[in-house]
Amino acid sequence: MKATLRQVDSVTVVDMSGRITLGEGCTQLRDLIREQLGKGNKHLLLNLADVTYIDSSGIGELVSGFTTVSNQGGQLKLLNLTKKVHDLLQITKLYTVFDVHDDEAKAIGSFEKSAGA
Amino acid sequence: MVADASVVEVVLESDLKNVEVAEEITRRVSSTAGFDEDDQHKIDMAVHESLINAIWHGNKSDPSKHVWLRFEIFSDRLEIRVRDQGNGYDPRGLPDPLSQENLLNVSGRGIFLIRTFMDDFRVESRTGEGTEVVLVKRLNSNNSAPSRREGP
Repeated sequence: MKATLRQVDSVTVVDMSGRITLGEGCTQLRDLIREQLGKGNKHLLLNLADVTYIDSSGIGELVSGFTTVSNQGGQLKLLNLTKKVHDLLQITKLYTVFDVHDDEAKAIGSFEKSAGA
Repeated sequence: MVADASVVEVVLESDLKNVEVAEEITRRVSSTAGFDEDDQHKIDMAVHESLINAIWHGNKSDPSKHVWLRFEIFSDRLEIRVRDQGNGYDPRGLPDPLSQENLLNVSGRGIFLIRTFMDDFRVESRTGEGTEVVLVKRLNSNNSAPSRREGP
């Protein structure tokens, strides 16, 4: 997995690509979220447009990140799901748990309207 | 017993790096068997989750232990067997990942995804002999995600 970070207003956009699977991909995602929270960046938008593969462990890591960020008063949202990731979140009933967007500007705006962080 | 089936079998060392190798083999086999791209992805994911279970949970990533991956291509279906050298497990005891209290659990979705993506799933565990899971996908089956298959 590769991740590139951009700061847009108060939101840290993480452009992710590759595989989020048990092992390296999940560890990288966990470390990245922990590092951003440590820097005080509590508005995280994960852009999954170029994520080619995500398994049950990767889904678990997204859930873990969502919970961790929420518990610290922040928000973790998802952007540009591929059809495969979209279907996985539907199957696992997580689609309604996450705040999912397909327009980056609107996604950024949704953070600005949010309280906290 | 499998006279009308084409068989592909590989033995893998218990290293997560081998999962991607097995995925490549799975895609070639499922394509050869005649599955469309959507079904190939479902089979690929089911094998991926089965291999993770075998390497990570079954063999505990012990490099001295192996995983056997066997494909049997029939005219109407693909049967896949994944066997490890672990202690086995009972899938009936697994919590429902869709229930409200488990929805935000970090783990526990692997077997659920296998059941969702395949037409049949069986676990055969024998004490001291490891676990073998059998995955079946029928050609032209109507098992299309995101529907949910019921039962353990």
